[in-house]
Amino acid sequence: MALSEFPRLGFDPFVELRRMQSEMNRLFSGFNATAARDFPPINIWLGENSVVVTAELPGVTRDDVNLQLQEDVLTLAGKREPKPEQQNVNWQRRERAYGGFSRAVQLPFRVDPDKVQARFNDGVLEIELERLEADRPKKIEIRAG
Amino acid sequence: MAQQVETVRQQTPATREAGQRMPPRPTFLPPADIYETKDSIVVLTEMPGVSSDGVDISLERRVLTIRGRSTGNEHRGYQQVYGEYSDGDYERVFTLSENIDRDRIEATLKDGVLQLVLPKAEAAKARKIELKSS
Repeated sequence: MALSEFPRLGFDPFVELRRMQSEMNRLFSGFNATAARDFPPINIWLGENSVVVTAELPGVTRDDVNLQLQEDVLTLAGKREPKPEQQNVNWQRRERAYGGFSRAVQLPFRVDPDKVQARFNDGVLEIELERLEADRPKKIEIRAG
Repeated sequence: MAQQVETVRQQTPATREAGQRMPPRPTFLPPADIYETKDSIVVLTEMPGVSSDGVDISLERRVLTIRGRSTGNEHRGYQQVYGEYSDGDYERVFTLSENIDRDRIEATLKDGVLQLVLPKAEAAKARKIELKSS
């Protein structure tokens, strides 16, 4: 461990840097398949003035999902229940998970709550959100001198 | 590291020979539920992102092979900034313990879950055996 002159000052930028590095490593460890996965797994796609969040939700229907938007945080919550016809059966293998789930996604910008589109395609939920008009970057003209 | 480089070199000509231009796709082992009712065996496999034309099911003797190809993850005009899953191929092989009436197998794909209903063959169904009176 490298010692620095800074602890005397009560603030050590190197300690801060190391903390930041470990935080980054933790954040990006999600790319590793062996890491514990959150449910549902999501992908985020960024367009010019919109963002698309997709989530793998096999066996979940429209009515089972509750989407909420607060400021720039999108929350996906819902549940997946076993079907009633699976009540009195002889299970040979049970690997699929059932129960409730909830996941909050921090969006890269504030979005217009009136312009959100969500749809299900083959068990993949796709949510398209548009950037708030007031939040968009503005082009500034430079006047000729 | 040296080993890794070698593997890459070995893979490239093989892929070219096969005439594949697609980048290698990951293969997933999809989670499955299997249960047995009085008349049939039901197999449920999770295959999000697979449309009905991307499924391939085969039953050879007692070996059931399920394959699915997921598509639609790409978004044109958008750039991926965060990712936890990707497109790929799902593949799962099961060996069935019962004789199946293969003419009446039903497969449905709904909400990214493939449901296979495999009716038991008449001969395999439980039968009550009468005791002959001597």
